[in-house]
Amino acid sequence: MTNTDDIRPSPEAMLRLAQAEEVTAELGKLKIFLGYAAGVGKTYAMLEAARQRRKDGRDVVAGYVESHGRAETDVLLEGLEVLPRKEIRYMEVALQEMDIDAILARKPQIVLVDELAHSNAPGSRHEKRWQDVEEILEAGIDVYSTVNVQHFESLNDVVAQITGIVVRETVPDRLLDLAFEIKLIDIPPEDLLQRLQEGKIYIPDQAAKAIEKFFRPGNLMALRELSLRRTASRVDDQMRAYMETQSIAGPWATAERLLVCVSGSPYSEKLIRATCRLAEELKGQWFTLYIETPGGGRQVRENRESIWRDLRLAEGLGAQVATVTATDVTDAVMEYAARHNITKIVMGKPNKPRWNEFITPPVVDRIIRRSGAVDVVIVSFEQDKDKLARGIAMPKRHAPFELRGYAASLALVAAATILCELLRPFLAPTNMVMFYLLAVVIASVRLSRKPAIATAFLGVLAFDFFFVPPRMTFAVADTQYLMTFLGLFVVGVVISTLVARSKERAEVMRAREVHTASLYYLSRDLAASVDIDAVLRAVVRNVEEALNAQVVILLPEGERLDIMATSEGLTLVMKEQAVADWAFRNNHPAGRATDTLVSADLIYLPLQTPASVVGVMGVRLESEPAYHSQDNRRLLDAFATQAAMAMERIRFSRQAEQAQILQARENLERALLNSISHDLRTPLVSVTGVLSSLKEEGAHLSEKARRELLETACGEAERLNRFVGNLLDMTRIEAGAVRLNFEPCDVQDLIGCALAALELRLGSREVSFKMLPTMPLVPMDLVLMTQVLVNLLENSLKYSSSGSIIEVVASTETSWLLLEVADRGPGVPGHDLKRVFDKFYRIPIPEGAGGTGLGLSICKGIVEAHGGKISAENRTGGGLRIVIRLPLIKEAI
Amino acid sequence: MTAERSTENLPRILVVDDELAIRRFLHTVLSSEEFSLHEAENGHAGLASAAAFRPDVILLDLGLPDMDGIEVIKRIREWSQVPIIVLSVRDRENDKVAALDAGGDDYLTKPFGVGELLARIRAALRRTLQEVPEPVFTSNDLQMDLGSRRVTINCADIALTPTEYDILRLLVTHAGKVLTHSQILKQVWGIAYLEQPHVLRVNISNLRRKVERDPSRPQHIITEPGVGYRLR
Repeated sequence: MTNTDDIRPSPEAMLRLAQAEEVTAELGKLKIFLGYAAGVGKTYAMLEAARQRRKDGRDVVAGYVESHGRAETDVLLEGLEVLPRKEIRYMEVALQEMDIDAILARKPQIVLVDELAHSNAPGSRHEKRWQDVEEILEAGIDVYSTVNVQHFESLNDVVAQITGIVVRETVPDRLLDLAFEIKLIDIPPEDLLQRLQEGKIYIPDQAAKAIEKFFRPGNLMALRELSLRRTASRVDDQMRAYMETQSIAGPWATAERLLVCVSGSPYSEKLIRATCRLAEELKGQWFTLYIETPGGGRQVRENRESIWRDLRLAEGLGAQVATVTATDVTDAVMEYAARHNITKIVMGKPNKPRWNEFITPPVVDRIIRRSGAVDVVIVSFEQDKDKLARGIAMPKRHAPFELRGYAASLALVAAATILCELLRPFLAPTNMVMFYLLAVVIASVRLSRKPAIATAFLGVLAFDFFFVPPRMTFAVADTQYLMTFLGLFVVGVVISTLVARSKERAEVMRAREVHTASLYYLSRDLAASVDIDAVLRAVVRNVEEALNAQVVILLPEGERLDIMATSEGLTLVMKEQAVADWAFRNNHPAGRATDTLVSADLIYLPLQTPASVVGVMGVRLESEPAYHSQDNRRLLDAFATQAAMAMERIRFSRQAEQAQILQARENLERALLNSISHDLRTPLVSVTGVLSSLKEEGAHLSEKARRELLETACGEAERLNRFVGNLLDMTRIEAGAVRLNFEPCDVQDLIGCALAALELRLGSREVSFKMLPTMPLVPMDLVLMTQVLVNLLENSLKYSSSGSIIEVVASTETSWLLLEVADRGPGVPGHDLKRVFDKFYRIPIPEGAGGTGLGLSICKGIVEAHGGKISAENRTGGGLRIVIRLPLIKEAI
Repeated sequence: MTAERSTENLPRILVVDDELAIRRFLHTVLSSEEFSLHEAENGHAGLASAAAFRPDVILLDLGLPDMDGIEVIKRIREWSQVPIIVLSVRDRENDKVAALDAGGDDYLTKPFGVGELLARIRAALRRTLQEVPEPVFTSNDLQMDLGSRRVTINCADIALTPTEYDILRLLVTHAGKVLTHSQILKQVWGIAYLEQPHVLRVNISNLRRKVERDPSRPQHIITEPGVGYRLR
């Protein structure tokens, strides 16, 4: 039995394990040495295994091993690296605890952690050692640990029943499921008792008595059975999993789905544990449901903490937890059961007195009646008067308020009586009832339920006393009036009950409404946010408003978390930052009202998206109950999710943008390099060629050939010069180094300068220039604008045939100067009209033109630096027209 | 320090440039029967040569290794009015203006053609040789008689406002030389008008309408973008 798990796994199993490993790639493996009592030799077995692993060459360290001074254990510990413990001072006592940070920093392959169920000293990072272990596993480190079977959560109360000792240090069952390997350390109880007598079992002094009670043969046998069963069930699980993966047909039970409802009653906890055990035995899923009823509004508020605890317990035990709001519990349960295909509903035995059932039939009965195909499992509990009294005890109501209510009801009845007295001569007594009824209705609407009923009751009395003959007595002459009394009273009760219920319902609805509204506001604000800062501001503002809280948001900045947004007046000390950091790294809520680092001042929620954790939100709520309110937590979770999604959306869009920019830049750089190497080399080739041929062959060349060669070289050198100039201009414009030297310029002068610069190249080409007779001086940088016109005219020269006219037109249009340069060249393909101003765009004309592809982009840069616009259009009848608009007034730039 | 063909009568030219290639090129182009050439490779050598060699024209590169070319102009102007033609790389209009305002006579943008260089040198020499301007200036169809304050185009009188006349006279007396905006403003309107460039623009525009056949392709009053004007 001892070695069940040591059997070498088959190749198939290995494959399956490998597949499982893929899923939890980063997770370390947990090996549990499971015993049924102290002294069975768990630590010993663990150390032996560790030594073996070490011999295999694995890196094993002892994170925390308690030898209790036993020599044989100490011997095994020899030669193993033992990490130093951390000393935590708590109320003047120095407590030795495992140093989880040291382990994470040391990062061994395997770490030994004794006593999985240990509770850490207050002030440690986690309350429990198993939480430390989980974190270590998440860091990818294998853990060997020891635990006794009675520490498992689901067996907790069973063990208590068997041994009479309540074990407070519990470990959730999921750790057993999480374990890669469980090694059962089993010795017969007789041997254990023998060892106890020989003093080989370490017993702390203070627990000596309890332990003595514990080590009774009966207890030990029961515990041994429990541990064997638990291990067997685990082996069974693995077997089933194996059979499933191997498609082995077996007598599968249909998957059971169990549902348990909690109400915050003292029995809920027991009910939850029972359901958990049942679910495990049946290999089923289980659900825990809490139904919020409007009618129970007040009670719910008072029970909230225990409900919250119950749901957390259920969650910890592996249940799916849900909260539903409904007016009728039975309806809600049945609807939930139907929706989730529940096969069994687990309920507690009713414990109310029998007579009570006549007034309110127990929910159990109603559910059984309506359960149909669903099984209903009834669980019994021992009566525990103490607990019962505590759980059901109602806190005192607000006496002054109630008194005021009763006073008001008295006043209402008195008013009705006076009115009736005044109208007595005109009214029959039966009609006077109407006034009392009116009083009851007013009381129902205005007062709470009990004063309303009191009003009905007082109304009956007053009517009887004052108006029913014989008057001024409670005696009733005509028995018919009894009917009237009954009617008045019943109407009062019914109306007040209905009104009270609808009021409470409205209140719940309003609370819901507030939550929905605040979520809506947040999502609306987030939708409008285009950068992270806006998102952060929206989140902080909305959480502040919705929960009257203070908020801080931390985002990762390199290796550490930085505070990116915070409510006014909120500062975080180092310790709080560390809590936030933990929440971020472990993707788990931490701080106040959570199960990790509870001494923190704020609660920290990771901002989690399906892909990653983008940051942490810390919240300080206004009061302690606010931290434990389920509504608040739900709302906070929703806020956190929305915020995380919004941030991720922005991050993605920014990444996409950057990728695009990067791509564009890469393309540009490639084009630039190609263009430069081509455009710089081509003229150089000609110049070098001409010069070398003149140098070597000059004497043999005819005068005409020499001239031609020289002319080619000159032309090419000029071209090279232009290109270098363009490159320099472009670089300067791109670097933003162009400082415009604005001066008022005569447009005619501008044209003149451009034509003068092109004089040689224009030759006999005709350039027509038209402008309005009166043009204002336009502020511009004459040098740069001349360059623009030169580039445009050059293009026209290059691309149009030598006989065609180039037209230049200057005009004004409202506050713009319009300059047009038009040619009769081939134009530009329509889809490229926007691209002509891109760098290195060249009209696809193969030879001859030889532009640099920079001219127009330089023009664009210069014109835009002037606050102007430049566009290209194809002319009707062929050719290209470039239109420049410059602002007439400099201030308009 | 070599002065080839040191014929006393030839105009002397001093080249101050640190680039050997450019000095060699200028040497080839200018050392002919027409000029006597002297070279200096930095600012200090240039200043010394200017004093010792007494050139008629100085060709000065602005980017010298040891001192700023503008500084060289200022030092020379302390004692000499020798024409200085500035050789500068493209697009440094501010430098050009600074060099001209400091006392430079003309500028040429590198790279330049030989023809252009020779024209500038000759214009500069002409100005030094005729210290007193002739009373009548003629250029193509434009004629200006400074004595009788008459301006004619194709022998037809044109009426100029006093300001236009002053501008034209200033340009004529410095024919071929670039005058910066501030030089013209200072001379015609006085120092208070230095920051009123539009006054100059409007007047030049009007003047062109009167003296140029096609104001958008001026033949007489040439704009040097970003620097000033020159009468061709």
